[in-house]
Amino acid sequence: MWFDRLLQGFIDTFLMVGVSSLIALLAGIPMAVILVTSSKGGIYEAPTLNRVLGAFVNLFRSIPFLILMVALIPFTRLIVGTTYGVWAAVVPLTIAATPFFARIAEVSLREVDHGLVEAAQAMGCRRWHIVWHVLLPEALPGIVGGFTITLVTMINSSAMAGAIGAGGLGDIAYRYGYQRFDSQIMLTVIVLLVVLVAIIQLGGDRLARGLNKR
Amino acid sequence: MTAAIQRRLDIPEPQKADHTELHPELNRAHVRFIGLGKTYNGQQGPVAALHGIDLAIQRGEVFGIIGRSGAGKSSLIRTINRLEQPSSGRVLIDQVDIGEFDEDRLVALRRRIGMIFQHFNLMSAKTVWQNVELPLKVAGVPKDKREKKVRELLELVGLQEKHKAYPAQLSGGQKQRVGIARALVHDPEILLCDEATSALDPETTQSILGLLREINQRLGLTIVLITHEMAVIRDICDRVVVLEHGRVVEQGPVWEVFGNPQHEVSKTLLAPLQHGLPEELQSRLQAQPQSSAAAVVLRLQFTGSATDEPDLAALFAALGGRVRLLQGGVERIQGHALGQLLLAVAGSPLSADELRQRAGNWAQQVEVLGYVV
Repeated sequence: MWFDRLLQGFIDTFLMVGVSSLIALLAGIPMAVILVTSSKGGIYEAPTLNRVLGAFVNLFRSIPFLILMVALIPFTRLIVGTTYGVWAAVVPLTIAATPFFARIAEVSLREVDHGLVEAAQAMGCRRWHIVWHVLLPEALPGIVGGFTITLVTMINSSAMAGAIGAGGLGDIAYRYGYQRFDSQIMLTVIVLLVVLVAIIQLGGDRLARGLNKR
Repeated sequence: MTAAIQRRLDIPEPQKADHTELHPELNRAHVRFIGLGKTYNGQQGPVAALHGIDLAIQRGEVFGIIGRSGAGKSSLIRTINRLEQPSSGRVLIDQVDIGEFDEDRLVALRRRIGMIFQHFNLMSAKTVWQNVELPLKVAGVPKDKREKKVRELLELVGLQEKHKAYPAQLSGGQKQRVGIARALVHDPEILLCDEATSALDPETTQSILGLLREINQRLGLTIVLITHEMAVIRDICDRVVVLEHGRVVEQGPVWEVFGNPQHEVSKTLLAPLQHGLPEELQSRLQAQPQSSAAAVVLRLQFTGSATDEPDLAALFAALGGRVRLLQGGVERIQGHALGQLLLAVAGSPLSADELRQRAGNWAQQVEVLGYVV
């Protein structure tokens, strides 16, 4: 009985984090590429675009997740038609995770040695070649590391989402542990979360190390 | 036209671009700079890196650009493939002004010009093979052709066995060989070398220079290199220009500039290659003779333009007295013997001035450095 509930919570957390981080990955990388290439001296220099996008990213990064979640309720309703459950949590989670991940990926992309970009230009690369064959592969280990951090942060945020009715492990811990003083279930949830985070961190580190040929 | 004939042509200063018909060699120049200037916008206002550069680089020659750091070498070489956009003036490659090229034409141009770098600039996430293959891949060359070409070039630079290695697993010299293979993969007509040996030890430098010389002779491509090391110029270049504060201060065939440097900067840059007076003697050197037993110290320089190595017996006999050799050396550059002798002449009946004049029959330049007891 309580095992089923835990399993359901685990699946809910997994879904929330999985779906929103996948979207954050797909949206965050292009965002990071635009931030890097449109900056001063970049290959697609565009100061206005850079400033607007930068301000947008900063705006969402500076709002605490709990507040963002509440503030986005009308928007969430518009998108998924409900403000309750896993799918309603995916919307604010994605909106919080994308700029977060974009900033981390941006740092990795910016750290790619300018000499490599120059070498690529000298060999006759077009600009999109430079993004695809130079910037992204060279920054990949850093991007993987950044995505790992994003995933862990998302698990953290998803627990908060649980508090306003999204379900998941955070919700179980809150209801059973905090409201009913069932410390056994709360402990189990904590152990589960620790194991989950450890697996993600370990896997991400190992992958980043394997990709790093420097 | 062979490189040897090109060297003998005295390239006049192309003052007026409109009058090139008077100088046919300018019309054949592979790379020409006409009134080239580059200004950067620095923190304290505009900084001029290059002013009024006029140069002609001939097809098939190894052309050296030397200068101290900050002299504008990097900016100059980068205008050839437009990694650097000139602020004024023009760059012609095969008489075509590259200033207004759009991305398509620029990409096509860059595939005709290879470039190697001081810090190699290899993609760390790609293997040796993938690094060399990249220029072909982005140009849309089919896989079978790419494989053939990459194999051929790795063989040329002697790295067939290392094709699966990542750059981090290679030594500096091997990395530069990969850089060279990558630069040559499109069969370019020009190779730009940006301080290509400055990060390498002397032995590796020699092997890389040997490879560049071989490429120049075998493939007949024009090599433009920048360096702050005179030894590199001596070992590989046909002609050299000396840059200082963004201006050309001296240019000519290497043996001429080495034999008889005119500008202060050239002399300073050459100093490490010249054998000076041994330190112990230097400290004892006096401007005026302190006693009649003092020996006169002479420096004789051969610029190699007219004579062979001097007949030492005849030279010593002409000087009279006891002649001791303090320091000496002869170098052969492009078939010209360049050398210098430091002699101490004691007990000669001749005055220092007369000694200088006598020695002048054997050497292009003679200097009285002073007197030692």
